[in-house]
Amino acid sequence: MTVADVVKKLDLKVFSGEKGLDRQVTGGYVSDLLSDVMGNADSGQIWITLQTHKNVMAIASLKDLAAVILVTDHKPEANTAEQSNEEGIPVLGTSLDTFEITGKLYDLING
Amino acid sequence: MDNQMHFEYNVEGGNFTRAGYASSQIKKILKQLNVDIAIIKRTVVATYEAEVNVVAHAYSGTIYVDIDTEAVKIRLVDEGPGIPDIDQAMEEGYSTASSQVREMGFGAGMGLPNMKKNADKLEISSEVDKGTTVEITMFLNEKG
Repeated sequence: MTVADVVKKLDLKVFSGEKGLDRQVTGGYVSDLLSDVMGNADSGQIWITLQTHKNVMAIASLKDLAAVILVTDHKPEANTAEQSNEEGIPVLGTSLDTFEITGKLYDLING
Repeated sequence: MDNQMHFEYNVEGGNFTRAGYASSQIKKILKQLNVDIAIIKRTVVATYEAEVNVVAHAYSGTIYVDIDTEAVKIRLVDEGPGIPDIDQAMEEGYSTASSQVREMGFGAGMGLPNMKKNADKLEISSEVDKGTTVEITMFLNEKG
């Protein structure tokens, strides 16, 4: 499954990093603590969070994550979107909350 | 071919927009050197946490990277408040980060434990009101 498939099936907004929409998705990780993601997420996962600052992209890039989903209509800060474009790691958005979007992504990947 | 390489990066205390830059450069170098991906992953976690600690706590710092055929050594030397009690700082959940830093999702007291889990060798020395030196060693071959 690619990030583009996830965007389509879960009706997500694409804020930035469009050139990474063909990245393969292997799973997901949900956390707003950056060290938790740093320590425990794995490459190819989609990270669900409400953090919108640029360090999110530093972590997404260092961990080779597939994409980031921002919950409850959060939008990436300008320099976050900029780095997302540079790295080709999409930042996506949903109006759903963390619980709801996580459940949907889980079903999509493991269903 | 040179079998010893040396790199240096400056880290600016308080500048979170650049946090992770040095770690990202180090990751690129290790990838170019065809270092085993599992070792790169662990190096990245340990180095990023150490770099963020300099940004979050110190005034300035320098990262010295030395790579030879045996190991990658990453030494982070900062000028800053230092760590009064290193054992306490190593405890999971212990943090002295500001509320501003915590709101960004840092300062959960997971940084040093992450470094310890991922580094093959971790050495920390610190002097209060002077600064802290962290040395991360990653062995490139079988240990021992």
